[in-house]
Amino acid sequence: MSELTQTAKPKGAVARFFDSDVWFSFRRSPVTIVAATVAVSLVLAALLAPWIAPYNPFNPASLNLMDGFTEPLSESMMGNYFVFGSDNQGRDVLSTILYGSRVSLFVAVMATLFAMAIGISLGLSAGYVGGVYDSVVMRIADIQLSFPAILIALLIFGVARGIIPPSQHESMAVWVLIIAIGLANWAQFARTVRGATMVERQKDYVSAARIMGVNPLRILVGHVLPNVLGPVLVIATIGLALAIIEEATLSFLGVGVPPTQPSLGTLIRIGQQFLFSGEWWILFFPAVTLVLLALSVNLLGDWLRDALNPRLR
Amino acid sequence: MLSFILKRLVQSVVVMLVVALIAFMLFRYVGDPVASMLGQESRIQDHDALRERLGLNDPFYVQFANFISNAVRGEFGISYRLQQPVSELIASRLPATIELAFASALMALVIGVTLGVMSALKPRSIATALVMTLSLVGVSLPTFLIGIGLIYVFAVELQWLPSFGRGAVVDLGWWKTGLLTESGLRSLILPAITLSLFQLTLIMRLVRAEMLEVLRQDYIKFARARGLSARTINFGHALKNTLVPVITITGLQLGSVIAFAIVTETVFQWPGVGSLFVNSVQVVDVPVMAAYLMFIAFVFVVINLIVDILYYVVDPRLRIGRAAQ
Repeated sequence: MSELTQTAKPKGAVARFFDSDVWFSFRRSPVTIVAATVAVSLVLAALLAPWIAPYNPFNPASLNLMDGFTEPLSESMMGNYFVFGSDNQGRDVLSTILYGSRVSLFVAVMATLFAMAIGISLGLSAGYVGGVYDSVVMRIADIQLSFPAILIALLIFGVARGIIPPSQHESMAVWVLIIAIGLANWAQFARTVRGATMVERQKDYVSAARIMGVNPLRILVGHVLPNVLGPVLVIATIGLALAIIEEATLSFLGVGVPPTQPSLGTLIRIGQQFLFSGEWWILFFPAVTLVLLALSVNLLGDWLRDALNPRLR
Repeated sequence: MLSFILKRLVQSVVVMLVVALIAFMLFRYVGDPVASMLGQESRIQDHDALRERLGLNDPFYVQFANFISNAVRGEFGISYRLQQPVSELIASRLPATIELAFASALMALVIGVTLGVMSALKPRSIATALVMTLSLVGVSLPTFLIGIGLIYVFAVELQWLPSFGRGAVVDLGWWKTGLLTESGLRSLILPAITLSLFQLTLIMRLVRAEMLEVLRQDYIKFARARGLSARTINFGHALKNTLVPVITITGLQLGSVIAFAIVTETVFQWPGVGSLFVNSVQVVDVPVMAAYLMFIAFVFVVINLIVDILYYVVDPRLRIGRAAQ
């Protein structure tokens, strides 16, 4: 009995989290636990790349062409040991993967945040204001959603390349990529947020705030936004997985980040050249990393969607 | 019926005009068309003359109207990179893309429907579990990795199939086809599988879901009660009713298949419009980009229109609903 009375006491945010349905459904799903472990370790490895990578693959001083094409788990001619082997320039594949996933994750996270910012602001305002503005925004979103995101990202990338002077192409490539992927993915956020906002707008707390004369911007950001964030979180997670794959695809097509700053997609593009001569590891390990990353984030998104949707329980 | 089609037509024209405006702005304001056409070693007088000849000094709306009238006739200017008319470039590469897209759509439809029906009829069999798991993996793998994987297994290790190109083609005058030669057909297999996988899983899951839904309905129970054979019920009654949404989705997906072909064509060095587009994005060949954009938008709009009209024809409820009003 004494335990029951104790739970009535207000708890901290951490304790409340471990008591929540979300945590419960997380513990109940082994697939999700594995996915979360994989995702977290890959993200940590990417973040800590400069400290945990065995070699610095982009420091020309430490590279030796004699190390080139070393097979995995073997010693090179120069006596260096490469777990995942080395590529044609003698770069350690494990280290390039660690640095590469850093670039991939940076682009994907920034692009998703960018898409989120556009999608949420347009969706919130369209759902709240309604009328002609709403139908214009939603029609644009509809048209964009009927085209594959990769096509739109390619087009935006091409346009940006035409506008930016050629001398700055390399240094701006990452940001161009972020904007292209972000602009290709905003519509999903806008659509969801707009739907949720239209539901929230009808509720009494919004009317109350309006009657009290609260500034509409403040109603939207302070009152409506927190109540529509659940679905946004789900779309952001799945969108992150999509952005990872889109970045890899663009880089693979040769229109992404430059080879001087390779992402996982660029590494796969480089590795493809050596597939026919039997150096499979240059392609294989980046590809596995990419698939693990995208798959684990995707599974987390799926789980989050089920966990936050009370109707499925 | 007629007013419905007219309304859809007007909408399609509006969409095309918006896309044309974007394509025109691209063409006109990204980079300098005159500098790109004449190159670095040219005189200022030549620049001015070309500017005048191309009509770049005309007001905006005149230029836009000219762009549209040229686009309607299929003229998109001259590629900066290849120095050939864009219309010729696209026309010469279109057959490759269309053959690839149709082969993969056909494959996706046949295999997808078969697997979907199978997994709906035997939901607890091991084969179904296997297919469903594989389909999940197929959806989450990026297209280009599937392509590379197939190349590694079937071209590098087993050496059964070619890994790039289109094989020998037969010239039919206006259409170069790879479907009539052995090497052409062999080259088509791997790209078509790569391109169809995503669609295949989609169709399979759709057929499965629809089929499970239909099999629960009363007329199926009634058909069983009448003692009809399982085959008649499953294929004559149930499958027929699941196919309407499948046809719609497949039709709408055909446009994305042509766009997704960009990746597949690059992996397999397939000489289609998709790889032309990627190359033109790399070097900012604006006329080709603008033309490709218009082309894809046109394909999408036409397919959408056909699917809408088909829906109207296939589903009697839509027609009755309008008539009653």
